[in-house]
Amino acid sequence: MEESQVRSGWPLYEVFLRGKRGLNHVHVGSLHAADPQMALRHARDLYTRRNEGVSIWVVAAADITASSPDEKDPFFAPSGDKVYRHPTFYTIPDDVPHM
Amino acid sequence: MSDEDEFSAYQSLAEETEDHRWAFGTGFTDPLAGIDTSVPDGVDAGALAAYCLMLGDDALVYSHRLQQWMTRMPELEEETALANIALDLLGQARMLLARAGQAEGRGRDEDRLAFFRDEHEFRNVRLAEHADADFAELAGRLLVFSAWRLALFTRLAGSAGSAGSRDPVLAAIAAKGAKELAYHRDYAAQWVIRLGDGTPLSHDRMQAGLAAIWPLTGELFEAHPVAAALPGVAADPAELRAEVDAALGTVLAAATLDRPQAAALARVAGRSGRDGVHTEAFGYLLAELQSVARAHPDATW
Repeated sequence: MEESQVRSGWPLYEVFLRGKRGLNHVHVGSLHAADPQMALRHARDLYTRRNEGVSIWVVAAADITASSPDEKDPFFAPSGDKVYRHPTFYTIPDDVPHM
Repeated sequence: MSDEDEFSAYQSLAEETEDHRWAFGTGFTDPLAGIDTSVPDGVDAGALAAYCLMLGDDALVYSHRLQQWMTRMPELEEETALANIALDLLGQARMLLARAGQAEGRGRDEDRLAFFRDEHEFRNVRLAEHADADFAELAGRLLVFSAWRLALFTRLAGSAGSAGSRDPVLAAIAAKGAKELAYHRDYAAQWVIRLGDGTPLSHDRMQAGLAAIWPLTGELFEAHPVAAALPGVAADPAELRAEVDAALGTVLAAATLDRPQAAALARVAGRSGRDGVHTEAFGYLLAELQSVARAHPDATW
């Protein structure tokens, strides 16, 4: 964050796009902008040039609370051996999309 | 990313398509698909060609002026934004010049019209060829140009209450272009407001930028014999003034800027950009635009 401010004077925003047939907004990248409205327009210009999206979210990078690599084991390792948490013992019919 | 990834950003964004040349997103549409390109009965083909040339030249020349800003913009994000706008206008120019060539019927395609005409044969308004001295001029000129062109294209495209141009090709080009121009106007308005209502320095420079381009705006609303010869096909330039004035008034008020009081740039022997009389800077612009095509005629790559 501080590094990016030195470079541009504008804070960093993260950009999420929902594609035409996509179900979720997907993180596609980041950009610099003076405020959220400008970030939205920059996102339109940078990330939807090839017809990718129908909906855009922008979030100030400073507002994102992220997990830390140092906490990787306590956060994620305990789920590694709990196979029963995965619904893999069911057959999914072919005509059920998006599972 | 492995194929096993349950959640691929690219896959979730991509259209279902057989065309894998594109990283993602396809579904491109041809704005002229299914439209009869013959000149409608009762329409003066020569005047239609001249009219499409005017509107096409506006876009071609303006696009080139924007392209000259590439690598010079204050921020990378703004540079991409401006490149997109230049590309939109270039697309409008291609379609309009192609239509001009069709209506003219002398076998000239859009490239022939763009690269092998001389200065006096270009029919763009002089506002399009103006070289922006700074970012404020860029924003102010783009605001005026896109507000004017949007009002024009909205009329040509037609709507629920009005018929639009009797030339279906022109109407289709305008309908596509109007969506692009609405964004251009919005982009320019954002910056005019941001600078005008910013610091004392940015306010003064934005006001000066408007003053610099204002003499070029009068020509946008002048009646022209070509438009007059195309009733129902062309839009009367004078009719656009109220709509454009209202749009500009809203932006200028929000930006705390005054509307410049400047006399229109004089005509030369009664002629202006629409008649092929251009400003001094235009020759240099055209030389840059055309030199490669003229050095290597009909080259493809």
